[in-house]
Amino acid sequence: MTTDRHASPALANPLLKVRDLNAWYGESHALHGVSLDVGEGETITLLGRNGVGKTTTLRAIMGILRKRTGQIEFAGRDLMQMPLHRTAHMGLGFVPEERGIFSTLTVDENLLLPPVVSKGGMEVEEIFELFPNLKERRNSPGTKLSGGEQQMLAIARMLRTGVKLLLLDEPTEGLAPVIVERIGEVLSTLKKRGMTILLVEQNFRFASRIADRFYLMEHGRITADFPVAELDQRMAVLHEVIGV
Amino acid sequence: MTMIFGIPIQAFLGQLLVGLINGSFYAMLSLGLAIIFGLLRVINFAHGAQYMLGAFVGFLLLSYLGIGYWPALILVPLIVGVSGMVIERLALSRLYDVDPLYGLLFTFGLALVIEGAFRYYFGVSGQIYTPPPQLSGGTNLGFMFLPNYRGWVVIASLFICLGTWLLIEKTRLGAYLRAATENPILVQAFGVNVPLLLTLTYGIGSALAGLAGIMAAPVYQVSPLMGSNLIIVVFAVVVVGGMGSILGAIITGYMLGLAEGLTKVFYPEASNIVIFVIMAIVLLVRPAGLFGRDA
Repeated sequence: MTTDRHASPALANPLLKVRDLNAWYGESHALHGVSLDVGEGETITLLGRNGVGKTTTLRAIMGILRKRTGQIEFAGRDLMQMPLHRTAHMGLGFVPEERGIFSTLTVDENLLLPPVVSKGGMEVEEIFELFPNLKERRNSPGTKLSGGEQQMLAIARMLRTGVKLLLLDEPTEGLAPVIVERIGEVLSTLKKRGMTILLVEQNFRFASRIADRFYLMEHGRITADFPVAELDQRMAVLHEVIGV
Repeated sequence: MTMIFGIPIQAFLGQLLVGLINGSFYAMLSLGLAIIFGLLRVINFAHGAQYMLGAFVGFLLLSYLGIGYWPALILVPLIVGVSGMVIERLALSRLYDVDPLYGLLFTFGLALVIEGAFRYYFGVSGQIYTPPPQLSGGTNLGFMFLPNYRGWVVIASLFICLGTWLLIEKTRLGAYLRAATENPILVQAFGVNVPLLLTLTYGIGSALAGLAGIMAAPVYQVSPLMGSNLIIVVFAVVVVGGMGSILGAIITGYMLGLAEGLTKVFYPEASNIVIFVIMAIVLLVRPAGLFGRDA
């Protein structure tokens, strides 16, 4: 991947292409014309303060938030009119901020729940190599796991399905540094295997290790787009805007 | 004559059996209600009408087409289940986005329409449905005389409840169902066709009511009112067991049937209200129900 490709705001042939995305929660206008591109194999991080619309962007792309206008294309296919349960079959996997582990399902059942949408997903054994903790707790109810284990399970269960793009919402939030480290390793492994990742993250240091490019969001808009190489020189501005 | 607590043992066991039979129907019906409520959040007031429909479809199959009890055990749940799916697609599915009260009102109205239609054509007097020859007669158990058909109902209902429970707890479809009960949006975002799952679930719940209906036909008379008499008790069972709890619905169904039978032995005057007294106590002490989770 070349840096000049990163520098151009619009990729020639992005896997995910979002143009002028507007979204509403009831009457509240949350996204004001978000445009972004995610190239195949890229890892993109959305930065921004709480409440600027990062989670909303992911939910609108996935189609969980239906009150939306604009253009969303994935691998050349229009996602706007697609029913929610078809979107995953296009190759999008969603890992929500609250993790969404089911308490009435065991770890195994949680892991096997999302249907396989295309070839190329990992085998269960491969997943357990990546997450040995989960293997030991296969038969425990999903919500008996620790927060870190639940986050790993939330990521792990999308790996079986053969999705091409992972939408990850704050995977390190509230987790101990050693667990954050582990999740970083896992995401690097996925990246090496060619997974495309759109990440919402507050933790700069974590994000800078895996991200190729950043989008900065303010008040429901994208206000900056820069490659990881420019992160250091922009740090002062970012600290001011994000306030961390 | 052997006595137990000052009651002849025959009378005691006889009432216990009646309680167990009633409990079998309570369990099958409350199970369907619990499944439907768990996923759809609809309090299915049409459940009694669907039970009655099951008995009548069995009766009509026999009287007009000569189709007997055994094939009816398959056909009736299919017919009632499919009619349930049509109702869900055409009407109930349009009510999920509004207050749950609308679902309750709709199914309540639907029950009145179905029961009214059958009353119009068949009157209120009961029709007789004779048990199949293989299950007629009875067996002398030494301490009491057991009509074979009633023994069959108890055993079959146990298997039906167990089978449904296994379907929900041990299969992939069941895992979808449990997950969608917790978080339908996320399950749909994973690529599961949740609207179809809802239709299927209402179909399974209705089919269970229909199956209970055809099994009840030889025990109780086939009458347009048979469902409305039973449904109130079944709602009490669901409340005692805990709304939406599958295992709770099954166990409470049998338990309250037995409690009703025992009350008939010791204090017959209270037998019609004992279930509601238990319901009131449970609601006071443990509002989520015996097997329910606190919300």
